[in-house]
Amino acid sequence: MDFQHVNVKLLVSDPQSVNLEPLIPVFHRWIQAQVFEELLLDIADYRHVHDGPGIVLIGHQADYSLDNTHGRLGVRYNRKAPIDGRNWDRLKQAACSALQACQRLEAEAALQGKIRFNGQDVECFINDRMLAPNQEGIRQDLDSDFKAFFDTLFHGNDYVLSYDADPRRLLRVSAKALKHFSVADLAKNLDC
Amino acid sequence: MKASNALWKEHLAGRLPEDLAREVDIFDTEIALRRQGKLDERLFAETRLRRGTYGQRYDNGQRHDGAKVQEMNYPSGTLTKGPSTLWDAPGMQRIKIPAGGLNAEQLETLAELAEEYSDGIAHVTTRQDFQLHYVHIDDTPTLMRRLAAVKITTREACGNSVRNVTACPYAGTCADEVFDVTPYARALSKFLLGHPDCQNFGRKFKPAFSGCVQHACGLTSLHDIGFIARTRMENGVEKRGFDVSVGGGLGAVPYMAKRFDSFVPVEEILPLTQAVARVFGRLGEKKNRSRARIKFLIQDLGIDKFRELVLEERKTLPPDPRWTDFLQDAEQFVERPLRPAGEMSPSGSQAYRRWLKANTRPQKQAGYVVVTIALPLGDITANQLRSLAGIVRQFTRETIRTTVEQNFVIRWISQKDLAELYQALAAVHLAEPGAGTIVDVVACPGTDTCKLGISSSRGLAAELRKQLAEKNFQSDQAVENLHIKISGCFNSCGQHHVADLGFYGVSRKIGGYAVPHFQVVLGGEWENNGGSYGLPVAAIPSKNIPKVVTRLTGRYVEGRNPGESFKNFIKRIGKMDLKNLLEDLARPPAGDRSFFSDWGDPREYSLEDMGVGECAGEVVSSVEFDLGAAEREVFEAQLAFENGHVEQAGKTAYRAMLHGAKALVKINNPTVSEDADQIVAEFRKEYFDTQKFFDPFAGGKFAQYLFDAHRTSGAPYTSDSSRYLIDEAQLFIDAAHSCYNRLGRSVAV
Repeated sequence: MDFQHVNVKLLVSDPQSVNLEPLIPVFHRWIQAQVFEELLLDIADYRHVHDGPGIVLIGHQADYSLDNTHGRLGVRYNRKAPIDGRNWDRLKQAACSALQACQRLEAEAALQGKIRFNGQDVECFINDRMLAPNQEGIRQDLDSDFKAFFDTLFHGNDYVLSYDADPRRLLRVSAKALKHFSVADLAKNLDC
Repeated sequence: MKASNALWKEHLAGRLPEDLAREVDIFDTEIALRRQGKLDERLFAETRLRRGTYGQRYDNGQRHDGAKVQEMNYPSGTLTKGPSTLWDAPGMQRIKIPAGGLNAEQLETLAELAEEYSDGIAHVTTRQDFQLHYVHIDDTPTLMRRLAAVKITTREACGNSVRNVTACPYAGTCADEVFDVTPYARALSKFLLGHPDCQNFGRKFKPAFSGCVQHACGLTSLHDIGFIARTRMENGVEKRGFDVSVGGGLGAVPYMAKRFDSFVPVEEILPLTQAVARVFGRLGEKKNRSRARIKFLIQDLGIDKFRELVLEERKTLPPDPRWTDFLQDAEQFVERPLRPAGEMSPSGSQAYRRWLKANTRPQKQAGYVVVTIALPLGDITANQLRSLAGIVRQFTRETIRTTVEQNFVIRWISQKDLAELYQALAAVHLAEPGAGTIVDVVACPGTDTCKLGISSSRGLAAELRKQLAEKNFQSDQAVENLHIKISGCFNSCGQHHVADLGFYGVSRKIGGYAVPHFQVVLGGEWENNGGSYGLPVAAIPSKNIPKVVTRLTGRYVEGRNPGESFKNFIKRIGKMDLKNLLEDLARPPAGDRSFFSDWGDPREYSLEDMGVGECAGEVVSSVEFDLGAAEREVFEAQLAFENGHVEQAGKTAYRAMLHGAKALVKINNPTVSEDADQIVAEFRKEYFDTQKFFDPFAGGKFAQYLFDAHRTSGAPYTSDSSRYLIDEAQLFIDAAHSCYNRLGRSVAV
């Protein structure tokens, strides 16, 4: 089955030490320079909400955020516009976009290297309940797609895969690699 | 935009209430026609607005990025969904919730929609609605179908229509209410939805219900039509009815509703409202939006004449069974608890006790309480909404409502369940204490997403919440119970007029730089259904507003008399004292560039004056001096009004407007005389006819205030007219500042 609207999230290292406020001017500069292929529009600041979207860089085709949903802080890429191709292509596109944002954040002088990614924890969400409801049968159907993706992302190294079983939530799969990867390694593994 | 839109339409076919399904299908077709260029953009704009589908900031395809104005190259190019509103620009979807009442399934649906079509956040408004932001127009029919599947409509959530019917969220549980107004509010909402007599308004029409006179929860005084529950004995039988008021409204110049009838029997409220709608539709202003609310019609006609017209209209209405069909059910309407009543355990952590103190309120039904969930800035995440749905199912028969303070209340909580409920809420971060206190700051979206926003109301609200929580006013109940409300502009969506401490966004030019400010509005009354409106005291730079709050609350703590309310304290010490108290905060400190950006937004506030600039040694133009003088005169008018000198207040307010106009006229005609006719004529020619004075969204509204004031300047002032003129003068001066900002240059004349 085909899905769309893939979200990929890479968790940060040491989330307790991350201050989101300095991200706001960084995201404004990204809009000024239109640094991504998507049209970047605006910034939504939800720091006042617990376990929420954090700070969102709103785009037309996709949003980028420092997202704290489920109390797990990470860079999240939320693809809003459909993408042609197979599920693999959509997972790869979202992951490469998220990785690109991670690389930019790690290199941002204004952030002084305070945002680093752990390179082990990666989550995928399918943000469309009609195309991919979070049901056992659907999860089984899509399991091979996710495994193929994470096999490539982690370059054949071992990882543990787990699904969120709450049928009311989005279909979400979390992968935890047993060894650390740099953001650059992950991008290279996917041939981004 | 979503790949699944067609699938949802197919999936939900036959599962929606027929009328709602038809309504969404029509909208779907209209979207297709507009995309093909077969539907006029103005017509499409009104049709989408009537479905609650709004434009949002930057929808004109331009954004100031902190360095320059950038074109935003939306993929659909020049295709519009309304004048100046581009097709792909993100939009806001407003969702009507009559009387704020929801069930668990509806909460779950809202969570799904926030996640899939918005940015993961649902926002509760000051009129018990929900708003989702950054929604694509192409997704709105699917979003509406999914709402319709759980019996929610967005129809007439915006546009020139009957907006959400609001009601006291404690209705049915409050010990002070006369009776439960819920079924009457719902019946009116259902009756007016899509009613043919409500399709020809020049502006919106907002109804509200309250179960009592004395509390704030219904805010009937500031609504187009307000209903307060009353009973009277007729032939030994208690008869239900409503004290009905009309013509209230906030907006730029707030109007207090006027009593229409002290007792309208319940069987008459629907036909009476229909008659009001007919009169409003027939006689209300249509061309000039700034005079099109019913409050202006009532002001022009006088309440007696308006009443006479409505009662005449009432006689002509053909009978409609819906007027009374609901009455039997309404009399018997009652909500029931899920769990047996019990006793509250007083022990627990300090956090739990703080939460108990501010966030729970005993019901009139022994053993039960209403619990308030304080939402920061009215925001809740999709996951929290889903958790809340589960909690509501676990503890109640799904009795939850939104409030005008941008919170939720869960009703019918057994007191013995409070500790367990607290744990459940705390686990999803929904047990924040301080509901209804000074930290529970209310704010409209402001510059974050609203294209009318002038200052960052949400940014300021977030900062104040943080600072006030740290101050911890628990030891001083009088301060803790103050209300702060913030609007991003003069339109009052944050209801700043009825706050103890109200703020609305304005801009000022200082040394050639635009600086975000807030006008400080003091003396409003939240109780008594929004019993009185505050008046502006001073415009203060945004970054100094937290200091304003600190000074005013500090002064109140030090100087109040025993038992004296904040409103009475403000009235007693007087505006001059207040002005002096805040005077040094009215200018940014020299050299502090942080004042040139707003809370939570590091971009330079000014469009034209970017680049290197210095605050120190700045040149202040005579225009700025003159506008400052005009502002002082408005203040003097307020003082005169406060002291009961109505005539003097009106004249001074008028003179302030003349001086504001003259300040602008002098830019090109430095020798303009003091003659009022000449000033107004030159102002009209130079700034009105050329539209230089026009607000980007309000148009010539504020200039019209001057022309009206000039036209009626020989007539005596009443208390009402003087009061309105003071507000209009302040808005005119604010608009003069904005106009001067837009001229984009420092003028030395």
